Amino acid sequence: MSTIVNLSRRQWLKSTAVTSAGLTLGVYFGEALAKDEPSTPATQSTSEATSTTFEPNAFVRISPDNTVTVIVKHLEMGQGSHTGLASLVADELDADWALVKTEHAPADATRYNNLAWGPVQGTGGSSAMANSFMQMREAGATAKALLIAAAAQQWSVPASDITVAKSVIYHKATNKQATFGDLANAAATQTPPKDIKLKTPDQFIYIGKNNLKRVDSSSKTNGTAVYTQDLHLPNMLVAVVAHAPLFGATVKSVDATSLKDIKGFVDTVNLGNAVAVLANDFWSAKQGRDALKIEWDDSQAFKLNSSDIQSQYQRLATEAGKVTTQKGSTDKALSQAAKVLTAAFEFPYLAHAAMEPMNCIVQLKDGHCEIWNGDQLQTFDQMFAAKLLNIDPAKVKINTVMAGGSFGRRGNPHSDYVLEAVKIAQLSKRDVPIKMVWTREDDMQAGHYRPYNYHTLRGALDKDGNLIAWHQRIVGQSILANTPMAGMMQGGFDPTSVEGAAGGYHIPNVTIELHSPELGVPVQWWRSVGHTHTGYSTEVFIDELAVAAGKDPVEFRAKLLEQEPRLLGVLKLAAEKANWNTPLTGKRGRGVAVVESFNTYVAQVAEVTVNDDGTYSVDKVVLAVDCGWAVNPDVVYAQMSGGVGFGLAAALSGKITLKEGKVEQSNFHDYTVLRINQMPKVEVHIVNSAEKPTGVGEPAVPPIAPAVANALSAVTGKRYYTLPLPKQV
Amino acid sequence: MLTLTLNGVAKELDVSPDMPLLWALRDHALLTGTKYGCGMAQCGACTVHVDGQPVRSCITPVGSVAGKAITTIEGVASKAAKAIQEAWVGLNVPQCGYCQSGQIMSAVALLESNPKPTDADIDQAMQGNICRCATYPRIRAAIHQAAQSLS
Repeated sequence: MSTIVNLSRRQWLKSTAVTSAGLTLGVYFGEALAKDEPSTPATQSTSEATSTTFEPNAFVRISPDNTVTVIVKHLEMGQGSHTGLASLVADELDADWALVKTEHAPADATRYNNLAWGPVQGTGGSSAMANSFMQMREAGATAKALLIAAAAQQWSVPASDITVAKSVIYHKATNKQATFGDLANAAATQTPPKDIKLKTPDQFIYIGKNNLKRVDSSSKTNGTAVYTQDLHLPNMLVAVVAHAPLFGATVKSVDATSLKDIKGFVDTVNLGNAVAVLANDFWSAKQGRDALKIEWDDSQAFKLNSSDIQSQYQRLATEAGKVTTQKGSTDKALSQAAKVLTAAFEFPYLAHAAMEPMNCIVQLKDGHCEIWNGDQLQTFDQMFAAKLLNIDPAKVKINTVMAGGSFGRRGNPHSDYVLEAVKIAQLSKRDVPIKMVWTREDDMQAGHYRPYNYHTLRGALDKDGNLIAWHQRIVGQSILANTPMAGMMQGGFDPTSVEGAAGGYHIPNVTIELHSPELGVPVQWWRSVGHTHTGYSTEVFIDELAVAAGKDPVEFRAKLLEQEPRLLGVLKLAAEKANWNTPLTGKRGRGVAVVESFNTYVAQVAEVTVNDDGTYSVDKVVLAVDCGWAVNPDVVYAQMSGGVGFGLAAALSGKITLKEGKVEQSNFHDYTVLRINQMPKVEVHIVNSAEKPTGVGEPAVPPIAPAVANALSAVTGKRYYTLPLPKQV
Repeated sequence: MLTLTLNGVAKELDVSPDMPLLWALRDHALLTGTKYGCGMAQCGACTVHVDGQPVRSCITPVGSVAGKAITTIEGVASKAAKAIQEAWVGLNVPQCGYCQSGQIMSAVALLESNPKPTDADIDQAMQGNICRCATYPRIRAAIHQAAQSLS
């Protein structure tokens, strides 16, 4: 078997169909292990394996120097996947955490697929921990069983008398001990046991404890962590790209004559819709890019203003859309209600604006394509690159490196920036590595935004103030359409456009409708996807209904969530910890929101202070989360707090606008993000749960904007239907 | 050829004087711990010390710092730096980590001029450093912890 195992084109089509059938394909934990269980000593080698290492399965490698290397199939982009997955292996293996290292797995969908997605390797939907929990534990337990078997054989003692602690194997009765490293070679000759016994929770040493240093804390503190941006490969060139100023414009003519005077300049490459400048370093390439004289053909380009999109969406929202949820008789209930409230919500396009702008290194040599990238969707990138180059996907090798943030952007379902880099390498006809580096402006103006959305809502209360009907119409571009995941649109609509609408509330009559207009602005998922807007409209509107019903917003929600114990649990916990029943006075107020996303439940209570001039501050957020078994509580705290900050940035000022098709924002001066002085205190409470673990990368994002808006409403009595929130309320 | 003093060592680089210090560091001195984030002194990811002062290297022409002492994340080693880095690791501050070199260089400069910063001092000194992962509460806690350990 070669190092990279790929799907053929035919299998690819099949695999996308499988993905399309739904994201959950059930449990096939163990299969990846079973495939690689060596009947002879370890065969499948990852990058640093040598003949003296012990590699019992696709996820663990033990070296004679006693290092345990955990091969992590999920991109580390800040969310803690490396620490999380390594801790699962280390716990079952009883490894000394100080001796545990991690590395990214190669692109190989047969061994490293996301078990929640079928035969696709990738990171997203807050699924890394959930889909790896059993797989990585079993990998660690298998390795431990082999080490014990090796020790038993060497010492001629029963395996059952052997104990393991902190990477050392003991036989206490004979006073024998050996390190993992000592036994690595011998372990590699053992036959893997058929039945692997996993620990019971009371035996965990790392899982659920708060005792681990992140595996990447040191390297990210002393400057040695390596991102795509930092790689310098032999003979590498740097490419900086002049992108079309409008989506859909093409190159009419290029004049690059003045570039020859630029020191370090090498060549230009016309990509049809962009022009790349190749040089020996970034600065030379950027100077070259800026000196290009390009005439663009914008006859087919997108040229609308944001206000045009807004008015078109508003018009669409007056017409019935595709019904995506129908429960009871919403129209009838609305017509018989004691009180009907209506609202219209507007959500802007949002850029991800990860700190590391998109970049990618590609080398095409001898019929092979090698990619270095903070890769979030390896199987897609591999397949799209193979298709563009007309080569077998097995010839596309991806080296995944750490990503300086992503928030969804590096998992592009069209492989946009990866393909741009591949195309540059292809058309340049060079066989050296070429590092494509986007500037911040390129990154911010390249599209693939969280879609602009417009929602209209109607809610009906009966004479006792009970919520009896909910009608929601959503207008927004589809993220999944025209991607390999379009098959997920099984009911003829994009589930990511409506996920989370009406929340988990038990309302007798509910209608959700959707319009998915096609526009020339590229869109993509953005940390927490549809919940970024449905969480807001639902939680702001439910708050307004509570007030209209004369009820307390927490009690009103709690009654509608009586049959949703986990949502109810976080709601009550957050309210209690925030002293909800002791109201704030004067210009200070609290607001609440509770949202389930990706099977994780988060409630937040935000506290705000409104100043005399209408400006305001978000002072504190009390958050309760139920993510099942909290594998790494410290990572959970970090993701909850970070998710609040990320969501708050969008709530306070995130907005991409278009003027005659041109993106008006370009950098952090006009697309402002949260800074340290704006960060509230965040108090995180983790629900004690024995449920299986779920993800924490995204679920803290959706509740923060509505919690803040509801807090502002509690002070001002006004409602805020448009994001970002006004600067003055 | 320009001669720079990088982390205490004289280094000759074949770069034009108008190249930003950031790119001379990253592409020519191969000191890649200092990051590119915006190119216009908006995000702070490129922060280095020039004669002990925090400077945004993305807008600093390399020619303007020839002969001055340039310290990057790879070379920062003062007592305050050690305390900051220890606190950073101890509190698991980084998430994606891309901005953290710049955060640390700003935090070290703060502690070197103000050994006991208040929250307001920290806000003032660290406002120029963006963290999209919003690790701000731990950055704040780590600065306080480092200050404590030095006192």
